[in-house]
Amino acid sequence: MMNSFLVAGIGVQNWTYILVGITFTLYIGIAIWSRAGSTKEFYVAGGGVSPLANGMATAADWMSAASFISMAGIISFSGYDGAVYLMGWTGGYVLLALLLAPYLRKFGKFTVPDFIGDRYYSNAARLVGVICALIVSFTYVAGQMRGVGLVFSRFLEVDINTGVIIGMIIVLFYAVLGGMKGITYTQVAQYCVLIFAFMVPAIFISIQMTGNPIPQLGFGSQLADGSGTYLLDKLDGLSTDLGFAEYTEGSKSLIDIFAITLALMVGTAGLPHVIVRFFTVKRVKDARKSAGIALLLIAILYTTAPAVAVFARTNMIETVSNKPYSTMPEWFKKWETTGLITFTDKNNDGLIQYVANKDKNELVVDNDIMVLANPEIAKLPDWVIALVAAGALAAALSTAAGLLLVISASVSHDLIKKMINPKISDKNELVAARLSAVVAVCVAGYFGINPPGFVAATVALAFGLAAASFFPAIILGIFYKKMNKEGAISGMVIGILSMLFYMTKFKFGWFGGGTQADWWFGISPEGFGTVAMVLNFVVSIVIMKFTPEPPKSVQDLVENIRIPSNAGEATH
Amino acid sequence: MIKNKAKLYWKENIRYVLILMFIWFIVSFGAGIIFKDALNEFKMGGFKLGFWFAQQGSMYVFVILIFVYVHLMNKLDKKYGYDE
Repeated sequence: MMNSFLVAGIGVQNWTYILVGITFTLYIGIAIWSRAGSTKEFYVAGGGVSPLANGMATAADWMSAASFISMAGIISFSGYDGAVYLMGWTGGYVLLALLLAPYLRKFGKFTVPDFIGDRYYSNAARLVGVICALIVSFTYVAGQMRGVGLVFSRFLEVDINTGVIIGMIIVLFYAVLGGMKGITYTQVAQYCVLIFAFMVPAIFISIQMTGNPIPQLGFGSQLADGSGTYLLDKLDGLSTDLGFAEYTEGSKSLIDIFAITLALMVGTAGLPHVIVRFFTVKRVKDARKSAGIALLLIAILYTTAPAVAVFARTNMIETVSNKPYSTMPEWFKKWETTGLITFTDKNNDGLIQYVANKDKNELVVDNDIMVLANPEIAKLPDWVIALVAAGALAAALSTAAGLLLVISASVSHDLIKKMINPKISDKNELVAARLSAVVAVCVAGYFGINPPGFVAATVALAFGLAAASFFPAIILGIFYKKMNKEGAISGMVIGILSMLFYMTKFKFGWFGGGTQADWWFGISPEGFGTVAMVLNFVVSIVIMKFTPEPPKSVQDLVENIRIPSNAGEATH
Repeated sequence: MIKNKAKLYWKENIRYVLILMFIWFIVSFGAGIIFKDALNEFKMGGFKLGFWFAQQGSMYVFVILIFVYVHLMNKLDKKYGYDE
């Protein structure tokens, strides 16, 4: 009796309450245990985080609602082209580990604008850094809050705005209380939750479809039905039958694929909330090692996502294509009420025509559904479906917290302490840091509840901006001793402005707008970060040639950060 | 003398970085993008090879590259007495 209640009667919704409840209690418990008592603990967790813990925290920090919820869905609908996200969002870690993290750790300050300001001996450079950090982080955090709201509304059937507010309160609690210290250890827990939640359904479905328990191998295997057909060949066939491009071929141009991949890689390496994680370890060698661990842990999800994409796409086509609308399973109806699936019976035959031809296609499916509904489509047990909800929340909350910390540190440390009131005491700076975190959460929540239409468009902008501004300035700062403030500042400003110009022109129709045919060199706005980055490098170097060398003390600083020993502790 | 040591260390570091970045470029932008169509002529199980590099192989290589770098640099740090 008891047993049957537990197994069958408990239902998806109760399972979701239970799992979300347990994980949230865990996060809050960790936050109380690891409160921050000083600015050093608040900004860099005291600087004594182990490489393994930092690797896990970095992985959770990095993998956002976009990675967990949206990425597999995007790949599902774009096939080969989805590789830009897979390579772009992992390849950046090679750049981080080889070109940035060890040196920034040796430099030993609290924030990215700190490095820009000190290396380029100028508060103007610091201010440009602060502005970039704020734009990038706010753009990003709004998307996370939206993800939290989405999960709450679908799985717990609360209003999407209530969901956002619950998420805000949780993040507020542990980010404001614990600072980087609290965030680090909650992120370790969140990594475990999110990776478990992502892998369990993937393994189930892989066994179901191909008999292979490892999804990474499963999607290159033969179907379990004994037909001897490879899954990918079958999906290629299904896709072309319906008029889509072959799944393994994709449809973007080579130059655009190239540019987007590079922009995402470089943008990843330039994102402040990722870079700052490497300030929390003890030694330079720990920074290198934790970058490796972080990428290993990220790659577990990222190599599974393309498998999930193939499983979900095949399952979905087989479930809906040319089937009567009246026989659709329960999940189909549930997602219809959220507006993420829409069906219009254009030819009134009662069947669902899902085809590439826009005039004949009757079904529109949102990217985000593919991961969230995947366990339901595959008819997996209720607790697995609930687990996905808990995992998606872990992914969104961990990233939101990391971003909020960057925002609060930019305000309290870079603006107040370094520029407005250098005499502020450590205690007051900590109060300022907490207050700016509160304000940041509220602003993020506001954008989560009233999402500006451009949120989706601006996520690409966040990467493009980071690629066009921070990345060249940091690289030149480390590898080019003679780079001076005039060069770096003009490079950053031109880089950002050209990126903003191109994005607004082709995304919002400013400056006369334009269509795909007008793209420069056939490069989409998402890939333009690559062009803007190159522009930044060129401008920096040319301007540098005509302006005075940096002072001796700065050149000595550069020589010093190249030597890994005596990194000391992160300081003001 | 100390300056010289730092210079040599830096030079070796740059050499490692360049070699590893070259591999980084070849597996992702090379095998996964530029030569994808040519590699797709070959199949590995159910995977077309170019597609596999783009959606799987490049990521495995990225992870290996970082750990190779960690290993090389730990050795280099020891050689120059910069380890701690």
